[in-house]
Amino acid sequence: MIKYTDQGKKDTRSGFGVGLAELGRKNPKVVALCADLVGSLKMDEFISENPERFFQVGIAEANMMGIAAGLTIGGYIPFTGTFANFSTGRVYDQIRQSIAYSGKNVKICASHAGITLGEDGATHQILEDIGLMKMLPGMTVINPCDYNQTRAATLAIAEHQGPVYLRFGRPKVANFTPVDQKFEIGKALMLQPGTDVTILATGHLVWEALIAAENLSNQGISAEVINIHTIKPLDAGAIVASAKKTGAVVTAEEHNYLGGLGESVARVLATHSPAPQEFVATQDTFGESGTPEQLMEKYGLNTKSIEKAVVKVIERKG
Amino acid sequence: MSEIQDMEALVTQVRRDIVRMVHKVNSGHPGGSLGCTEFFVALFNKVMQINDTFEMDGIGEDLFFLSNGHISPVYYSVLARRGFFPVEELSTFRLINSRLQGHPATHEHLPGIRIASGSLGQGMSVAIGAALAKKLNKDPHLVYSLHGDGELQEGQIWEAVMFAAGRGVDNLIATVDRNGQQIDGPTEEVMPLGDVKTKFEAFGWQVLTLKEGNNLQAVIAALEKAKTLTGKGKPVAVIMDTVMGNGVDFMMHTHAWHGKAPNDAQLETALAQNPETLGDY
Repeated sequence: MIKYTDQGKKDTRSGFGVGLAELGRKNPKVVALCADLVGSLKMDEFISENPERFFQVGIAEANMMGIAAGLTIGGYIPFTGTFANFSTGRVYDQIRQSIAYSGKNVKICASHAGITLGEDGATHQILEDIGLMKMLPGMTVINPCDYNQTRAATLAIAEHQGPVYLRFGRPKVANFTPVDQKFEIGKALMLQPGTDVTILATGHLVWEALIAAENLSNQGISAEVINIHTIKPLDAGAIVASAKKTGAVVTAEEHNYLGGLGESVARVLATHSPAPQEFVATQDTFGESGTPEQLMEKYGLNTKSIEKAVVKVIERKG
Repeated sequence: MSEIQDMEALVTQVRRDIVRMVHKVNSGHPGGSLGCTEFFVALFNKVMQINDTFEMDGIGEDLFFLSNGHISPVYYSVLARRGFFPVEELSTFRLINSRLQGHPATHEHLPGIRIASGSLGQGMSVAIGAALAKKLNKDPHLVYSLHGDGELQEGQIWEAVMFAAGRGVDNLIATVDRNGQQIDGPTEEVMPLGDVKTKFEAFGWQVLTLKEGNNLQAVIAALEKAKTLTGKGKPVAVIMDTVMGNGVDFMMHTHAWHGKAPNDAQLETALAQNPETLGDY
């Protein structure tokens, strides 16, 4: 197993921007759209290199989703860019009818997901987007863990036929995925084997899970850490195999416990291999203004929360 | 017979198809379908250049998007009679396991349909996207769309209207079915649309008005005129006055038949007013 180390904190949205620019150079069918958030989505490089393949739609997200659906008719692969809140809830019906039900090859790329966009507060901190998107038939839902993985995922989804929701964020977080690691949609990544508990984490909480596992090992607890970068389709095989081995599961995500990774995992466990599970997630609440660190602490989304959940779930093993 | 007589015969047959389809399943939307019959017949049999084989990407041909998907009966009938799929399949409209869903869909792979519609206000955005793809592909063909007038109450329409003018989408011809009716009553009572022509012009569109939207030759002339306005830096709108329920006297000039099927006696009356021309399915 690789020993994962932080190569230096970076924002996942910049991983998207770099990936999109690479796609611009290698795939002439990739086009991009943005609803007045070019800088926030780090799309400048793609735009400067491919001005004819970029469409600024202004503050009109519903129109952007429809135009993206139309661009697929003619063979293009549109990548839409706006905040997660405006990529999902604001345009749910447009995505549902014009993209998902119509089976269009649109890549919905959503930055500033979750609570850690910070000071802007709850109007912009969507904690329901994974649930909204995973409920749409045919939608692939991806939540990469760091800069390198977001770049790799951006490249990978262009090769996938069908609608995709790609979720990333604003804060600078640990960048620990090897730069050359191939991204396989739907394939969970075993990061650290263990025997006492399985930690299934997604997004930047994967790094928190790795730190938690290290701390737990000092207490004599052997935690297995698996990176669930693809929430749909979920790698049920990897989850069941690990749960059978350890007998206890903790899920960790920057999302409401309703509708998120945790519920998807619970369904898999209930169907195939029942095991006690604890949920590190927000507890059916809106967020608020604050720094990312303050918010992760207050809403229980950090290493400490994962460690507490692990201790609790192991007690429940019986 | 002349070409126009053939097309008039098709109009009559399509009207029969519409009322028979909705009667059989006691559901569907005959009013708007009948009002747009001349438009669909003209578009698919005269105005648009269409490839022989249906491909989703539609490269090298004109494209059409129906935004007000509830008038699916006229769409299905005209597609079938243009050869997109067997005419007999019209008998499966709205039935279980059919490709002819209540509202148009791509999910069942019905040839001729390129986007799902039904939830209103989305089709112009899609048409713009397809028009942009044509420009990127250096494909000189045009993109057509149809919208209900009540549908203009949806905000997304005006996002799209703003974009099309602002970005010079001049390979798009959007037609508005100005029948003045919607489910709850006349448009000007439910939510006044005001002067639609002036609104489109204010956004920067070229606008044609078609007063005789149920006159086949007038429809053809207006759409041919609209073609000549493309490629000039602005999108083109056709504000087409129609009579909801046109061709079936008791369905005309009222919103009552927006989404209601005729009973057996009403069907007989409707069919008597539109004698069989090309053979019922």
